[in-house]
Amino acid sequence: MGRLNWRKLVIVMVLSLGALAMILPYYWMVISSIKPPDELYTYPPRFYVQHPTLKPYIQLFTLLPMARSLFNSLYVASAVTLSNMFLCSLAGYAFAKLRFPGRDTIFLALISAMMIPWQVFLIPGFVIVKQFGWLNTFRALIVPNLAMPFGIFLCRQYIMSIPDGLIEAARIDGYHEFGIYTRVILPLITPALATLAIFTFLSQWNSFVWPLIIVQSGEMRTVPLIIAVLNGQFGANFAMIMAGALVVTLPMLLVFLLFQRQFIRGVFLTSIRE
Amino acid sequence: MHRQFGWQPIAYLFIAPALILFTIFIFIPLFASLFLSFTQYNVIHPPTWVGVTNFRMLLFHDPRFWKALRNTALYVIGVVPIGISTALVLAAAMEELAHGKQLFKVLYFIPTVTSVVAIAAVWKWLFAGEKYGLINYILIQLGLSPVDWLLSPKWILPAIMIMSIWAGLGYNLVFFSAGISTIPQTLYEAAKVDGANWWGRFWHVTVPMLRPTLVFVVVMAVINSFQVFDQVYIMTSGTGEGIGGVLDSGLTLVSYLYDQGFTKFQMGYASAIAYLIFGCVFGLTLVNIRMLRSR
Repeated sequence: MGRLNWRKLVIVMVLSLGALAMILPYYWMVISSIKPPDELYTYPPRFYVQHPTLKPYIQLFTLLPMARSLFNSLYVASAVTLSNMFLCSLAGYAFAKLRFPGRDTIFLALISAMMIPWQVFLIPGFVIVKQFGWLNTFRALIVPNLAMPFGIFLCRQYIMSIPDGLIEAARIDGYHEFGIYTRVILPLITPALATLAIFTFLSQWNSFVWPLIIVQSGEMRTVPLIIAVLNGQFGANFAMIMAGALVVTLPMLLVFLLFQRQFIRGVFLTSIRE
Repeated sequence: MHRQFGWQPIAYLFIAPALILFTIFIFIPLFASLFLSFTQYNVIHPPTWVGVTNFRMLLFHDPRFWKALRNTALYVIGVVPIGISTALVLAAAMEELAHGKQLFKVLYFIPTVTSVVAIAAVWKWLFAGEKYGLINYILIQLGLSPVDWLLSPKWILPAIMIMSIWAGLGYNLVFFSAGISTIPQTLYEAAKVDGANWWGRFWHVTVPMLRPTLVFVVVMAVINSFQVFDQVYIMTSGTGEGIGGVLDSGLTLVSYLYDQGFTKFQMGYASAIAYLIFGCVFGLTLVNIRMLRSR
């Protein structure tokens, strides 16, 4: 019994040390973002703040269009999320429960596309968006992502588990296919939709490469692009960079802490996308 | 699904929006980039056909491409085994606890929900030069000498790797912990009866029983780390050098693609790089699956 406790103690200590390593960079980000320059650039570095200041945040919101960027990110992520919830579940229903020629071939093509590295689509995607005259617009940030193959896959898998009898019964009751989708399917797949919503929003909020090549003006920047600008142009002002990093991190962190179990469970449902 | 009338045409309406988007932004680009990889194209003038010139240039006359490939290979070789074995050991240890698992999972998982760009910016500050960086301070306290992480050709890649291992730990940990919790407890009891210690049980019960999860996680980790970009972009830029950092020592394949495509606007050349990456990822996945299955 004594030996067992020792082992547990070692395990808890190792895991706690690891957890400390996980948290320390976040702690450092927070305290660095409220340090005045003389405390920031001092040796040895201090683990506390003597005279906290909000100046880095004020700089962030006045020298850069930070508020506008937050709006941009929120707008793009919300639009893409809502659209994916609707279009992916609708297509997922068709792929799971309806019969039509070419169904399995089209679905296979969608799934195969998920396996292809995204770099392959990047350059033609840019050229197409440019041809449409969409560079530097919300359309370019939103439209290509309105219905992602992964979401269709997720919804299809979930809808497949719904018994056909329920759908048959609804048909006998005179429901049209769209009625079956709204009245029977949607209520039954809310957990899948929640997972899809969380992960679509997260991936859009944190999305970097696509906005990086599409956005050309300060007004259209999403929040991660602000970090890139800070990193490039204010490279010496680490307090301001840390403030920016905190602004990107905080919303997702709060959502994660609220819905931790859904997030972690979602890892398995969504792993195929990664 | 046996119904008297054969099929439902309305299904096409249901998949139409997704299918149109898929065609424009995935299907056409897939072939367009293959076409572009055989052309010279700067977006302003129409593409001109150059045959296999781009591929020949890349493979035989472009030291930057080889540097990028080498760096990417080193990155994958470093990040995948260290990241996965650490996560596996931590998960095996964590699954022995009766309480506190959820708390540990949450703490380790936080980087997974954080923007990689933000993480890279924070680590850039942690790695900062000799005086102010937290990591160099810790090294000095441990009696080691500080390192100019981001400005020395030798250390930039390890710095990016350390950051990536840290950031990916929680994702793999959560995966393994779920896998381990499905292993029947009786196997561990039997191993105990046979006199196996913790490591013995880890090697002879946990690892073999986790094989399917392990195959999946390794394959995904190799694919993802081969395409590393965001953290490389942040950690190598702002150093006064080009996109690869000092002497291209932090240049990876995707950052080279970005450099050719979107700073030099050599879209044909960049498309050729994209297809080489595609080929590498495809080949690596096949090799991985074969190796991990057969052993």
